[in-house]
Amino acid sequence: MNRMTPYMFIAPAALVMALALFYPIGYMMWGSFRDWDPTQNISETEFVGMANYVRLWGDAFFWESFSVTLIFAFTVVVVEMVIGVGLALLLDRNIRGMSVLRTLFILPMMIAPVVVGLVWRFMFHQTYGTFNRFLNWVGDTWWGSFLGIGPVDWLGQNPLLSVIIADIWQWTPFIFILSLAALQSLPRSALEAARIDGATGWQQVWFIKLPLMAPVLVVTMLLRLIDAFKVLEVILVMTGGGPGLSTEILALRIARTAREFRELGEAAAMSNYLLMLLMLLTLGMFAFNRWTEARSRKLKFAAEEEG
Amino acid sequence: MADTTYDRQNPAFYVLIAILILMSVGPVIILLANSMRLDVDITSGVGGLIFMPTIRNYETALCDILWYEPEHLRFCQIRFGGAFINSIIIALISTALTLIFGCMAAYALVRFKFMGRDTVSLSTLAVRMIPPAVLLVPVFGLWNNAFCIDNDTLVGGWIRDTFGGRGDVCLAGTHSGIIIVYVAMNLPFVIWILQSFIVQVPKSLEEAARVDGAGPFQVFFLVVLPLIKPGLAAASIFTFRIAWNEYLLASALADRDTMTVPILIVNNASEFDGLGTIFATGMLLAIPPILFTLFASRQIITGMTAGAVKG
Repeated sequence: MNRMTPYMFIAPAALVMALALFYPIGYMMWGSFRDWDPTQNISETEFVGMANYVRLWGDAFFWESFSVTLIFAFTVVVVEMVIGVGLALLLDRNIRGMSVLRTLFILPMMIAPVVVGLVWRFMFHQTYGTFNRFLNWVGDTWWGSFLGIGPVDWLGQNPLLSVIIADIWQWTPFIFILSLAALQSLPRSALEAARIDGATGWQQVWFIKLPLMAPVLVVTMLLRLIDAFKVLEVILVMTGGGPGLSTEILALRIARTAREFRELGEAAAMSNYLLMLLMLLTLGMFAFNRWTEARSRKLKFAAEEEG
Repeated sequence: MADTTYDRQNPAFYVLIAILILMSVGPVIILLANSMRLDVDITSGVGGLIFMPTIRNYETALCDILWYEPEHLRFCQIRFGGAFINSIIIALISTALTLIFGCMAAYALVRFKFMGRDTVSLSTLAVRMIPPAVLLVPVFGLWNNAFCIDNDTLVGGWIRDTFGGRGDVCLAGTHSGIIIVYVAMNLPFVIWILQSFIVQVPKSLEEAARVDGAGPFQVFFLVVLPLIKPGLAAASIFTFRIAWNEYLLASALADRDTMTVPILIVNNASEFDGLGTIFATGMLLAIPPILFTLFASRQIITGMTAGAVKG
């Protein structure tokens, strides 16, 4: 009994995950080599080898949506990191209103992506949207018309930008809160020492705070990057992937291939490509982490040798 | 934190904080305001934030579970009430199951050490990477075909004879089919968060309980669980949030009777005549997350930072 205890604790979780996570993924990999229609049972389908993968490799639409995904994910992560970390550095002080800000800042992340998409689609609307109404109002003033400010066709002409703005609104708080927590757990002594040595605010940020925060920042960025590839509902509701393919990220294209085009095999192959891309990113990030750790250990060792 | 004294700061910081608060709350206020406006007022945009609020949109949305018949409606088109009940059932059950399974697994991983903690953290992070869209195809295929009680064996044939239909009982289109996906999807994250809390429970406490004659399960439920309450709160909010908000997998699995609220919103979002109603539906979907934010923000922040900072 005693030797079995750990397994009994783990068994339920392992069973559920095996049944509803690992088995489906294996099933998907198997299915990606088959010509598979949603009405068919997988045992009735025909084995086509790498055909699905090859077809996707030569499919311009797939590459279009692949590049949209990459542009979206990297833009979003870079902008959010800069704004989030910047705000955290700026507001890491004992000031009234911070607790209110931290509470309300979580709101965008908690609300359903579907609802976020709904609200932002309204705000970006061509005629009655909040932004265009504001721009119209500005355009009517003398300086507004002088500068030529007028309504923008957000979702029609700049769909990717609109989607990116919505995502920045939703997820910058995540990075802000994590980097604030990292800042507040920094060793006070290092900051104190820097201040006594006469480091300016910028020097403190560049040479003390950011390097010390680096491990947390890397993990935060990794988490955010992974999540950026999962975004689907906001874009689905805001633009539906269009106009054209301009905002059709891979996740959306997988869903469409499976549902509208009824090509489950191809959708599975596409899922596999996405999975490989994410795996590569994750591994790269881990390697980077290992490398920085090793380097800092080496530096420390060298410093000790000298001292 | 209530009794802290604040340093005097440059007023620009207060302005910045005010702007940030306004930006994060603004869209939610727009949602709330629009949900209480008539369609005509939303599209014409008169009055800004000053208008006569109406609950007509909410009446339209909730028409199938209201006890009276709203006079402006001829028939009940959006069946939000039923979807709302489905959402509650699915979110609550999957949260409960995820937490129970998750804490047990996390406890075993931390205390019994039959796998390196690093390996587990790495693999949970790796599993966390899987986007729901990747699960869409296999889950759709499996839940409709492989995870069925077959139509020739067992009770499937009897069901076909009695009720008609395809003749097999599948996981697709049932609450449990959706719940099991959510539990599996959330488990890695919950295990990851709870691990960082369980590590902090002093081992001596457990040993004392064991000396007093408690079995491993008693130690776990009576000693460890009460000590990691903050972690449990954080984990449950995150799990509930995902199960409550998720659209894609639910839309692949649900049928008319097991539809959840996000599916309903997406299905109706493209229709332009029910603008106010769809905002009302969205507002109702947003209420639980808003309540969590207002009353449990500290737990949420703890959970978020525990995952990344301590992990």
